[in-house]
This record gives sequence, C-alpha cells and structure tokens, in this order.
Amino acid sequence: MSIWDFLETYGARLANGTLVTCAQFLFASMVAIVAALLAGLGRMSGNWFIRSFSIIYIEIFRGTSLLVQLYWIFYVLPLFGVSLPKFIAGFLSVGLNVGAYGAEIVRGAIRAVPRGQWEAAYALSMSPARRMRRIILPQAFVLMLPPWGNLLIELLKGTALVALIAVADLMFVAKQINGATFLSAQAFGVALVVYFVLARFLITPFMRWLERTMSRRLGRI
Amino acid sequence: MDMSAYPLELPENDRPMVRFMNVTKSYGSLTVLDRLNLDVRRGEMVSVIGPSGSGKTTVLRMLMTLETISDGVIYVDGKPLTHMERGGVLVPADERHLRRMRASIGMCFQHFNLFPHMTALRNCMEGPVQVLGLSEREARTRSEELLAMVGMIDKKDQHPSRLSGGQQQRVAIARALAMRPRIMLFDEVTSALDPEVIGEVTNVIRKLVAEHDLTMLMVTHQMGFARDISDRICFFYKGQIEEQGPPEAFFTSPQRERTQQFLRAVKDAD
Repeated sequence: MSIWDFLETYGARLANGTLVTCAQFLFASMVAIVAALLAGLGRMSGNWFIRSFSIIYIEIFRGTSLLVQLYWIFYVLPLFGVSLPKFIAGFLSVGLNVGAYGAEIVRGAIRAVPRGQWEAAYALSMSPARRMRRIILPQAFVLMLPPWGNLLIELLKGTALVALIAVADLMFVAKQINGATFLSAQAFGVALVVYFVLARFLITPFMRWLERTMSRRLGRI
Repeated sequence: MDMSAYPLELPENDRPMVRFMNVTKSYGSLTVLDRLNLDVRRGEMVSVIGPSGSGKTTVLRMLMTLETISDGVIYVDGKPLTHMERGGVLVPADERHLRRMRASIGMCFQHFNLFPHMTALRNCMEGPVQVLGLSEREARTRSEELLAMVGMIDKKDQHPSRLSGGQQQRVAIARALAMRPRIMLFDEVTSALDPEVIGEVTNVIRKLVAEHDLTMLMVTHQMGFARDISDRICFFYKGQIEEQGPPEAFFTSPQRERTQQFLRAVKDAD
C-alpha cells in the first residue's frame, strides 16, 4: 500500500487523533503553567505549610515516572473515590508532571530578577504581593520563556502516553491502525512526522514570537 | 535587647525629622554601624561621606528599612520606624507598619533600578496608582509635572533601555518624588554615571534643595557638590560618625586626624 493510499484510507482517523493530541497538549499546558506558577511561588513562600506542600508536589512528580502517575490518576484514584474520565486524567497527569519541572523554572527566573528591582519596588512601599505581580513576575516571565519552549515540546511528546489509558489521541490511532493492518512503517511514520511538525512548526515559532514580543515590551529591542 | 530605654514616641519639643538612637547593624561578628546617634532636622540636607566600608550606605538603607536593625531605634518625625508599640513597649515592626512608615521616605539608588518593562512615565505612575490609590489621570498629571521638573518630559514614553544613565537617574528621582515623600535618600546617585552627565543629575538635586522643604540624606563621593548644597557633612569611619559640621568649617578646618587623611586622599585622587 502506497503512503498516498494509506493516507486516503486512514487520514481522517489520524487527523482526529491529531486533534485529540492537540487538545491534550493545550489542556496539559494550562495545567502545567498554573501548577508551575503556584508551586514555584509556593516554594519561595514564607508560610511553612505552603512551602512544604510545594516541595512535596515538585519532588513526587519529578521523581516518579509519568506513566506510573498516569496509571495512578486513572486506575488508582477511583479506589479512593475519585474517578476521572480518561481524557481529563490524561492531560491532568501530563500537566502535573511537566508543571513540577516548570516550578523550578519559575523559581529560577524569579530569583534571576536583579535585587535592585525588589528594592526599588520596596522603596515605593509596594506590598509583597504587588511587588511580585507588578514588578518581578513580568520580568521573570521573559526570562522563563526559553526554558518553557523546551518544556512544552517535552509536554507534547509526553501526551503520547495517554494512549495507554485509551484516550484516542494520535498515538492511540496509530497503534490501532498498526494492530489492524500491520502497516507499521506508515502508521508510526505518520505519527512521527505529525509530532515533529507540531513541535517544530507550531510550538517553536510560537515561543520565539512570544519571546520577541515580550522583549519588545521590555524595551530590549 | 532592652527596649524600655527607648520612648514610644519622641516629645513634641524634641522631634527631629529623623533620629537614629544607638543604632547598631551587624552581620554576624562584623559590625557595620556601631551605636549610631544622628539627628536630621526638618528640611535639612545632610551629606554622608567616608571611605568604603564605613557604613555610610548602610545608614540610608536602614532608614529605608531595606536592612533590619540589630539594636537601637530609628524615629521618623517622632514615631518609631523600625519598631511599633505593643502593650506599652516597642517591638520590632511588622510588614504593615514598615510599609506605612516608609511611605514618607523616597530613595534613589546608585544603579537607578528603573522598572525595565515600563516607560519613564509608567515608572513614575506605578507607585501613586498601585500604592497611594490615585486615579490614572491624577497620577499622570503628577508624574508629568515631575518629569518636566527633571527635564525628562520629552522622553516620557521611552523605556529605560533607551535612556542614558543620567536620564534614567533623573526619571528615578521623579519616580521617588511622585510618592510625595518628606524624606529623600540619595545613595551614590552619580557613582555609576559617565562624568559628562553627572551635572544633569546634580542640577536636579540642587533644584530640590533650593525649591522644596524636603529632608535629604545623600551618600556621595563628590566633595565639591556636597560642600555646595549641604547644610551639614557627616564623615563616617568604622560605623561611627568621626566628625560632622557645616560644610565650610568641615572642609576648611577638619579637626580629626582621620578626616584630614580622608580629605587629603580624596583631593589627591582628583
């Protein structure tokens, strides 16, 4: 079967899978960014409880396998009475996992904002929350964009694991087609190309654009 | 430390704008300020000079409460700055008390520390809007007046990265003044500047001295400038005031050996 015949036959299903992958990516990104921000700030909090909670989250999700986390959230949580639909369990696991790495990026970027900026905001009598929101975070945000670009590509590839809890994403569809037809080269070949295109021609240019825009707003260009 | 020796408030008839009372600052075994006593009158301009490591910048940073106090109390307009009253005694101030008290104090830094993600105008408006609760329009009017005063109104929409050091420092002065402080602190504000732009910053400070009744403390290495505009010179040595007095007397006939040495060394460097 030529690749063209293959695409004609299975293209629609693969496209659907790609859409699911994109949706998983978007939702997982949102989870990751929110979790990273909360845990990154939480790690620097003066409150002992918030700080411990953040450290425990970061260490557990960084220190264990994403696949195990996925199985835990989908198969084990229901034993404790928390049942999540597989679609939600999928992006939640991936997002929380990547968010743990992101928290360290957030923390590093905040610490990289020059001390003089804190002092200037302090001298204007700003409250700690205002200093963070108005002065430090906008500058830290620019610093964290390059490492986040990296992390979001990791996240996209991480979403392939949700196929293992039967979320009908690109990887799941490719596996199904392979199972039914044994056209491994075509099925996984298309998946390979699609992941690459998403990462290289959507995420990377978007992050570059964001970096440029934010630098311009900082008056750096 | 025993706080009972310090009054909860200074009496009406003895209220300098700023009073350092036995103020000590130490980092571990290193003592940067050693039982400093210093009064600054309302409207007075005091220049703080001395060799590096003498604690002169620490004086300003403690008044801005950027450093915690190891011992003693600082009073601003008669009220304790670093402490607050709890059940009839002074205890270390909490964040809220510090924030309220330091609202009357403005500071300019050696490296300007303008907010890079905001225009010159926005830098000035940020405090009035976010902290004082002024409307955008009020804050804009106030900021534009001040930017005009420092000669930066035509650059108000520029980001700091587009401005020279002297221009940035002038914006920083306008930003501090926009909070309507009663005390202004200048921490080596010309030290990071190219020689040819120092004048534009010192001229702004001259103008402030001439036209406003601000109380000012300035750490500087520019002896000529300090001599011109100060009411008093304080020479710091090893965390204490070695000698102080009106500029003429101080520079023409310094009494102490250390002062003479320092002034000679500064002169030779020129």
